Amino acid sequence: MRLKDIVEALELEVVTGAKWLGNEVNGGYASDLMSDVLANSQKGDLWVTLQIHPNIVAVASMRELAGIILINGRRPEKETEERATQEKIPILVSRLPAFELIGRLYQLGVSGMRDA
Amino acid sequence: MRRLKEIHKIQELVFELKVGEAKAEKVVTLSPTTMMSEVRAVLKSNKIAAAPVIEHDSLIGIISVNDYINWLAKGDPDCPVYEKMSREVVFLFEDEPVVDAIKSFDKYGFYEFPVIERRSGRFTGIITRRDIILGLLKAIEIDYSKMELSSYSGRHFFNETAADEISLLFTYGVEGRKIQRGGEVASSLKRNLSYLGIHPEIIRRVAIATYEAEMNLIIYGEGGEIGVRMDMERINITVKDTGPGIPDIQKALKPGFSTAPDWVRELGFGAGMGFPNMQSCADSFEIHSTVGVGTTLHMGFPLEASENLMECNP
Repeated sequence: MRLKDIVEALELEVVTGAKWLGNEVNGGYASDLMSDVLANSQKGDLWVTLQIHPNIVAVASMRELAGIILINGRRPEKETEERATQEKIPILVSRLPAFELIGRLYQLGVSGMRDA
Repeated sequence: MRRLKEIHKIQELVFELKVGEAKAEKVVTLSPTTMMSEVRAVLKSNKIAAAPVIEHDSLIGIISVNDYINWLAKGDPDCPVYEKMSREVVFLFEDEPVVDAIKSFDKYGFYEFPVIERRSGRFTGIITRRDIILGLLKAIEIDYSKMELSSYSGRHFFNETAADEISLLFTYGVEGRKIQRGGEVASSLKRNLSYLGIHPEIIRRVAIATYEAEMNLIIYGEGGEIGVRMDMERINITVKDTGPGIPDIQKALKPGFSTAPDWVRELGFGAGMGFPNMQSCADSFEIHSTVGVGTTLHMGFPLEASENLMECNP
């Protein structure tokens, strides 16, 4: 599934990376801990978090994630936006809280486990 | 020139890739006793233009939208598809190259062809234009990742540089407390290594381990220095600070152990996973620390990815 399909289905706001919505989404990962995401997410994952500081871009880029969804309508910091544009990482915003958002992603077929 | 070469590659692949490899296996089929009145629903719900009629694993005919329309137009009574299906079916053998399939699509203008195993005559699936495109894309992808594995080694840089020993040294200064700037060193190192043609998996490992070390300097070490030395065999990273030092290293290395202040934890750091992450990415890891003097960390990585190199996951 491509990021674009998810943006449309869940009415996400595209803050950065409108050009990269063709990214293929292979799965999902939800966590607010940087080290946890670094250790356990996988390439092509869509990352759901509430963190908005610039480090989320570094982590996403390091792990080659498909994109970041911020929950509860949270806006990225200005510097986060700048870095995301530089590193070509799409940042999307959902008005939904994490539980609801992840449930809907799962319904769309985004799974947290590769072999599931 | 590159474009020419890629077209050439596709030409090669259409001969290499067999119909049997590209075909779809999960296929909607009909039995000879399916009634004509049911055909429309089957074709429509599966979004297909025709369905093969199969009896005991053998292809005995095909029923298409056309056959269905003809039946409707004539106003014939309902009957098994066996009576209305086309019996002369154009099919392809499993072992034919997809170039044959492409020719058949052009020649007959059909949307799909049944696929048959040559020896047993068994029906094994259906091939459409979409299957061919997907099959070719997959073949190119496999080819490409093979190329990636063999050519990304950093070797070519060293091979083309004449000297008995070559090493490259990158050094970076990291300011303490500037958590907003976290990851700048790791990102910059990552870019440098990819310019040098290092294998992507090695880059991933180096970048993650460096990122964790960089964050440690920012959060605990009050800043410091990261030195990266790359020679013909390995990448060695040294991380130095003159910060408070670690009183009990064994304890600090334990997953989950953290002395991070609250403001750091709120940003999603200080989960006690930094050292474990570094250890799982690097193939050598050493740490020395004296309280009140500072901490020095050594991490080593192979320059070339071996076949059995796993993803950088604990």
